[in-house]
Amino acid sequence: MPDISANLAGIKSPNPFWLASAPPTNSGYQVMKAFDAGWGGAVWKTLGVPVVNVSSRYGGVNYRNNRLIGLNNIELITDRPLADNLREIEEVKKYFPDHAVIASLMVESRAEWHQIVKDVQNAGADGIELNFGCPHGMCERGMGSAVGQEPEVLKTIVGWVKEVSTVPVIVKLTPNISDITEPAIAAGEGGGDAISLINTIQSLAGVDIDNFVPYPIVDGKSSNGGYCGPAVKPIALNMLKNCAQHPNVNLPISGIGGIENWRDAVEYILLGATNVQVCAAVMHFGFGIIREMIPGLTNYMADKGFKNLAEMRGLALANVTDWENLNLNYKVIAEIEESKCIGCQLCYIACEDGAHQAIEVSEKNGLRIPKIIEDNCVGCNLCAIVCPVEECITMVRKDDGKQVVTWRDRTEADNVPTTFNDELAGGIGHWVPDPKDALKK
Amino acid sequence: MSEFKKPTSEQEFEENFSQIKPLMNDTEAYIESSRCLFCFDAPCQQACPTGIDIPLFIRQINSTDYTGSARTIYSANFFGNACGKVCPTEVLCEGACVYTEQNVLPVEIGRLQNYVSTQAINEDKKLFEVGKSNGKKVAIIGSGPAGISCACELRLLGYEVDIYEAKHRPSGLTVHGVAPYKITNEEVLREMEYLQRQFGYEVKYNSPIKYAADLQKLEKEYEAIFIGIGLGSTSSLNIKGESLDNCIGATELIEKLRMQHHNLVVGKNVVVLGAGNTAMDAASESARMGAEKVSLAYRGAKESIRAYEFEYDLAKNVGVNGVFNVSPLEIIGDDKVAGVKFIRTKTDNGQLIQVEGSEFILACDMVIRATGQSKQVELLEQIEGLELDSLNRISVDAQTYQTSNAKYFAAGDAVNGGKEVVNAAADGKQAARGIDTYLS
Repeated sequence: MPDISANLAGIKSPNPFWLASAPPTNSGYQVMKAFDAGWGGAVWKTLGVPVVNVSSRYGGVNYRNNRLIGLNNIELITDRPLADNLREIEEVKKYFPDHAVIASLMVESRAEWHQIVKDVQNAGADGIELNFGCPHGMCERGMGSAVGQEPEVLKTIVGWVKEVSTVPVIVKLTPNISDITEPAIAAGEGGGDAISLINTIQSLAGVDIDNFVPYPIVDGKSSNGGYCGPAVKPIALNMLKNCAQHPNVNLPISGIGGIENWRDAVEYILLGATNVQVCAAVMHFGFGIIREMIPGLTNYMADKGFKNLAEMRGLALANVTDWENLNLNYKVIAEIEESKCIGCQLCYIACEDGAHQAIEVSEKNGLRIPKIIEDNCVGCNLCAIVCPVEECITMVRKDDGKQVVTWRDRTEADNVPTTFNDELAGGIGHWVPDPKDALKK
Repeated sequence: MSEFKKPTSEQEFEENFSQIKPLMNDTEAYIESSRCLFCFDAPCQQACPTGIDIPLFIRQINSTDYTGSARTIYSANFFGNACGKVCPTEVLCEGACVYTEQNVLPVEIGRLQNYVSTQAINEDKKLFEVGKSNGKKVAIIGSGPAGISCACELRLLGYEVDIYEAKHRPSGLTVHGVAPYKITNEEVLREMEYLQRQFGYEVKYNSPIKYAADLQKLEKEYEAIFIGIGLGSTSSLNIKGESLDNCIGATELIEKLRMQHHNLVVGKNVVVLGAGNTAMDAASESARMGAEKVSLAYRGAKESIRAYEFEYDLAKNVGVNGVFNVSPLEIIGDDKVAGVKFIRTKTDNGQLIQVEGSEFILACDMVIRATGQSKQVELLEQIEGLELDSLNRISVDAQTYQTSNAKYFAAGDAVNGGKEVVNAAADGKQAARGIDTYLS
């Protein structure tokens, strides 16, 4: 049985699945219920000077009938008094001493930081997460992402916290920045023990096209919110990779962004996350999703022979590199398994209109079977990813694999196109139809 | 034990004849429209006789452009609402859906089509502008799917159109001949009203065209004449006993059921002769009207029935019992039907032959002949130079639907011998184009 317990900068939890600081961790009731369901840790809804919230607060982004591929919110930090939260943290820790309770904090002055850090430590918090990520409302007041976007300010505040902290300090980063490694490095320089990312992405969920107001609507007006949910995962994974690979970011990472099942969690861990945090999926489906996550992760680790999370952490990092290091000689071509084709022709039209006109359709026994024109196929994957049938279109390697030539190699050998009509252009010799032929279709 | 009790009230009738393709609600339509893959050059569209751009109208439902969706449907098929319910979608669009290749249920195209076209009708949405008048007049005989479709298209092209209808209401077999669990009278007639309001053709009801004088009058008053008369009454079997009480043609039974079901009394023990789609309807309807036992007798083998498989399944599901390889010799009874005398058949060298000495009597108190409809030859013979084929179907040009008498055009059952509403709708529209070419 693989060991799925996690240890983030000294904060231990029975499994790597934490609830992110968000509405699901607004109260002791919710956190207790989550731990009871199997969650390993919880980052409390951000504490500070309590706020006043608006109604409504969330905007959903759907894809056809699939609800909430994205979730946008304009709720602020806790609107409950600190004393109530502290009492509940204490109570949760009493029932669940081995689970991780992390206090997310957001205040302004050094004195406030000192006070609140001491308060939550006294209540029994196992760690502290500094909310330098919230991109709506709080940032207008100089907190949240306003801090995360200024590495120097961030470093200073981490320093203030470290002056009094006795438990590990996690610095939560905003993705609303050009290069996330800058605040990540600053977090380390300020003395932080770990980073967590990503916080939400600034967003408008959509627009009510009858009343001309973006969602969510508050008395006829809206405001930018923070975007999360499955749709943000690719953005978060890239930022995770950037931090995990950076030689000057030497902090363990808690991964956040669009995680809703064990597979998502595995992807985060393979890209260097020590544990993961979940919010939107719980807001959508409740705490019960943990029942799928724990056995899924365990079974995967058993299948792969991983004894613990450390053995798998970061295994995909070695396989992410700069574009200039990719092998230009590697050549794949789409191959269509005729017996699996259902005749939708989505591959044909995708290639025809959206790629390289490398598929033709022929009739065969009344079935319309698409066929790859190998000379035109650039091996882009588009047909394979639009095909609604699993394993119907596969990409097959055609080069001999003997020689690796990268852009960097070619640049060093002075063998790259440098002028507008350079004969070294990759598209030279690649067939394209005559523009006028388009009108015959 | 029969599945259905004899209906004694309107409510019980409606329960027994509940719609097999009920109207979708918004959620169903949204989820179902989300499933469409938007295939390129889609098989469903190719399978539709009217060539509706199905992926487009479904995508328009999904993005809630219901007006655009309805226009996509109606610009291809003026019977868009009825066809959503009465089309044999299992063998047309839905049968061609690529999901079926994966053993996944096809997108419910028919019900989606009905959903969005019902909205257009409910809101009386004006989807078309009739064409600028070209001063020419066309007469249409018969207000069935072929005639109405021809009329709508002609109005778009700027013609004045008068439709001559023998009965007192429009749509032909759509209202008179389709099983009530497929579509209600109200639904059919509401679409007809919707079309007439929008296209502004004239329908002259109770105006049968029967005699040479009628035709001559039309020829004088109109530049072209479209024949959309469909078929006639149920063909005779030419066996003894067909005129006994309680021996009825399937077409006549269904019409009575649709027009005055309160007055329709079916037997307790019914035998339906035939195994086409109309036979299945008649059998199923008898069961739903409370018949305790319904047998469907066919002279050929089970594998050779003409009905669609799903139609036979529908009949079987309401308790209809199929009896195959039996050929009727005589309908027995004094004044009233008491049974049918059959002889067994078998296939020998590809020929269906009777098995000597295998006669038997199947007792019953009602016989429904579902042995096809006759052609309306009497009228057609009065049209000068009008050629019929060996089956008495009107011969027409495959592109223009022009008959051998240049002034006459024809489509629908009278030409194809009896197909679906959707075929007549497609061909009637196409014929209007032929008329336009002829007159311009």
